[in-house]
Amino acid sequence: MKFSDDRPIFVQLAEQLKDGIISGAFPEEGQIPSITEYAANYKINPATALKGINILVDAGLLYKKRGVGMFVASGAREVLLAERRERFYQDFIERVVREAKQLGLTSAQLQEMLERGFENVD
Amino acid sequence: MSIEIKNVTRRFGDTLALDNISLELGENKIYGLLGNNGAGKSTLLNIITDRLPASSGSVLLDGANVCGNDAALGKMFLVGEANMFPDDMRVKSALNAAAMFYPGFDRAYAEHVAAQFGLPLKKKITALSTGYGSIFRLVLGLSVNTQWVFFDEPVLGLDAQHRDLFYRLLLEKYASDPCSVVVSTHLIAEIANLIEETVIIGNGRILQQGATEDLLAAAYTVSGPAAAVEAYASGRERISENLLGGLKTVCLRGTPDDSLPEGLEVGKLNLQDYFINLMEEEIRK
Repeated sequence: MKFSDDRPIFVQLAEQLKDGIISGAFPEEGQIPSITEYAANYKINPATALKGINILVDAGLLYKKRGVGMFVASGAREVLLAERRERFYQDFIERVVREAKQLGLTSAQLQEMLERGFENVD
Repeated sequence: MSIEIKNVTRRFGDTLALDNISLELGENKIYGLLGNNGAGKSTLLNIITDRLPASSGSVLLDGANVCGNDAALGKMFLVGEANMFPDDMRVKSALNAAAMFYPGFDRAYAEHVAAQFGLPLKKKITALSTGYGSIFRLVLGLSVNTQWVFFDEPVLGLDAQHRDLFYRLLLEKYASDPCSVVVSTHLIAEIANLIEETVIIGNGRILQQGATEDLLAAAYTVSGPAAAVEAYASGRERISENLLGGLKTVCLRGTPDDSLPEGLEVGKLNLQDYFINLMEEEIRK
């Protein structure tokens, strides 16, 4: 995984874990990789990996089975989907509208493009 | 468990290699010791491990001076450039010798790691290529199991695949059995995410030290039209600046605040960029 410079690594790791839960790469009640595996594979400090994973533990999305490892909690995917839908306006719509205004696109033109996107994008 | 470096100065003739350095290293962390060539990294590591005397000052391990102190030195291992074994010794015999000197040395793990790197056990140490000479010393450092392990430019002469393997093995080792690790390097981008704590030295002095995350959080860049950037940057602590046509980028200490006008772009620095900016500031001084 390539990390970007704009946010701390542990935040990016947490986001990636959330993406994995949403996509089904980490199914509910399934085990996620260990701290050691994350550290060794991504070449990050184990403390950083732990910090990232703890964001999801604190949110109740992951839970620990003693002596076994970390597991995805039941219902985690639905919680994350709701969270993403909530943030969709802020994360995407505001940016799209701002860019559209800069380019001189009208509301009607933008809506037409959205329609086109809905038809063409899988 | 800690190492205290107290007012250490080292002169080589007229050259001041270390200029009154004081630094404390805590246990079970991975430290990055960063500096350009000739900054004093190797000298410092050699003084900590008592391979080189300080001109003045002292190094304490858990409160005891390391100078001539066998008990303290048995808790530390330096992976440096020097070969500590007789010239005609073969790799296999050297591993046996290391196991005799260091009670915690894991002989089986050493052979396992050597095999992963493709290090030939039957070759004489001095007949190894530059890369495999480095690998041989890395194998020792990964297997020695002392509380403190110092790697001085560990990946010098290693190809990308072997560098990757070293970082992976180091992290696996550290995650499963925490110890205190100090890695000196001028290849910063590769280890930036490995090191929890960063110490930056230049011209024999410590320029910055702290948690890597904190250092990076305490600096940012602002870029945009030169006049607007200059207006924002004036009165703020500037690390460096760069002008490309009408586009100016300044690197500032602190965090961006509300007075940042629209149209200016704020960026974060990675460790290597931060290091380069800091060095530019040093040159300017």
